[in-house]
Amino acid sequence: MGQTLVQKILARATGRSFVSVGDILEPAVDLAMSHENAALVINQFLEIYKGTGLEPKVWDPDKIAIIFDHRVPAESAKTATNQKIVRDFVANQGIKKFHDIRTDEMGICHQILPENGYIRPGYVVVGTDSHTTSHGALGAFSFGIGATEMASVWTLGRILNVQVPETIKITVDGKFQKFVEPKDLILYIVGLLGAEGANFKVIEFHGETIRNLSTSGRLTICNMTVEAGATSGIVPPDEETIRYLREVANVQDEIEIICPDEDAKYEREIKIDVTNLEPQIACPHTVDNVKPISEVAGVKINQIVLGSCTNGRLEDLEAAAKILKGKKIAKGVRMLVFPASGRILKEAIRRGYILDLMEAGAVVVNPGCGPCLGVHQGALGDGEIALSTTNRNFKGRMGNPNSEVYLCSPSVAAVSAIHGVITDPRNGG
Amino acid sequence: MGKVIYVLGDDISTDIIYPGRYMATVLPSETPKYVFDDIEELHEILVKGKFQPGDFIVAGKNFGCGSSREQAVSTLRGYDVRIIAKNFARIFLQNSINLGLPTFICPEIEAEIGDELEIIDDRVINKTKNKEFKLQLHHKSRQAIIDAGGLIPYTRMLLLQERIK
Ligand code: SF4
Repeated sequence: MGQTLVQKILARATGRSFVSVGDILEPAVDLAMSHENAALVINQFLEIYKGTGLEPKVWDPDKIAIIFDHRVPAESAKTATNQKIVRDFVANQGIKKFHDIRTDEMGICHQILPENGYIRPGYVVVGTDSHTTSHGALGAFSFGIGATEMASVWTLGRILNVQVPETIKITVDGKFQKFVEPKDLILYIVGLLGAEGANFKVIEFHGETIRNLSTSGRLTICNMTVEAGATSGIVPPDEETIRYLREVANVQDEIEIICPDEDAKYEREIKIDVTNLEPQIACPHTVDNVKPISEVAGVKINQIVLGSCTNGRLEDLEAAAKILKGKKIAKGVRMLVFPASGRILKEAIRRGYILDLMEAGAVVVNPGCGPCLGVHQGALGDGEIALSTTNRNFKGRMGNPNSEVYLCSPSVAAVSAIHGVITDPRNGG
Repeated sequence: MGKVIYVLGDDISTDIIYPGRYMATVLPSETPKYVFDDIEELHEILVKGKFQPGDFIVAGKNFGCGSSREQAVSTLRGYDVRIIAKNFARIFLQNSINLGLPTFICPEIEAEIGDELEIIDDRVINKTKNKEFKLQLHHKSRQAIIDAGGLIPYTRMLLLQERIK
């Protein structure tokens, strides 16, 4: 019997030829990622070593990545102190995949990992962040874990208790209409499955539409699979994956490709045709409250947010800049732009996108998570409404439980900024 | 035995259990004071200790969805309460096992504030309503972590075994 891509990856990581759905395994970890919450991981890691008489040493410093992104530059003394603890630990343990607060290396963890070639097809990747699902875009099995679990991985080099998940196969065909984007597709899928529709499962993506997507679009899609509860999303690697790794991530060494078997057994198969797909909007206060834009057009907006690990990449800034070039953001509307990495910001400056956005009135902040999780820049006032390209709209997510967040694609964000209300980009920007 | 102190709906996210604005606070000893900060009534019950040890919070489907923040578990771990939900989001469930927060999966649970519940083996008995509901027990590999007192002592045990070898 054939195996899904995740079954094959887990078989490899445990030195077997075959694993069955439901098996409990302890796969070796190829990459273990944390952000500022490494401060908590360190606390738990030292706790594990307490009383053992052993010197605390991570299993393999080359397989650990730590990226500061959630609160950069630090917004409080507490955060700054946590960051300092992490910096000292990193130096002590010889961890080199460390990205500090400086434009030549910083960015959101889910952008830094792929663009630096830290992710390869077939890897088992764990991260102390729920959107670690993103890296399935490169054919890795990549999922979020808690800080204590990460401390255990740092100690043992493997992750305990991984139950081989069932896989949902989603095949996507058809050509997107103009101004309809990967974000609209994944919002549609989250709406279709519901917030827990894929709980404990993996979503494997197939079909010509996926094949024709750049890695950037695949990252957007895998990023949000967790919003349907999925353990991860995954795209079988192909020529585009190799192109991205060689040309963007500058990977020189051999790239191994693992693909699912033709006769793999799936929990469910879903077919989607995007030919007639409208732009989609996730309405407050759950991500699966998704509606076609025609049903929500006209809602008045106070703040537009463009960025995040979902839609802060070059393609996203480009889509928005093209719409906003030579235009003005509506009076009374604030637009915040936060590129996903320093590298993206620099390239967007070179290509003129940043100038276009700024001349339209947008505020461009430094790369990082910015307003996405409501602790840093760009909190909302009572009763305010945000339209955002981020991935979550839970009550209080942007720092204020008395506000509302709608989620959308970069094109919808840009055109809505001009009109001050949710606007369908297909109806003229 | 314990009483139901609060009933929550479906899809309670970790942003609700532990708002992002407190995420710079990481130590399990410091997180409990921010528990359910945006649900005033439940926050008060917990922080002011208006419950008995072993009392229950009952929730719907997908409890603990969203962010992987472990504070959402350590904040609840600061109080001697048990969580029964129709089901849990994956990361939250694993975190609760790792930190020793008592969680029970009960897809059919029906309970209201004030109901008396008792857990016997694989069943929840609602004594007030005179009804019984089946529990889905944790897998034995998860139970091993619970039995060891959480993932820290469990990993410590494996570490010592492997270093001695
Ligand atoms: S951009 Fe938002 S969703 Fe992405 S890692 Fe940062 S806080 Fe999380």
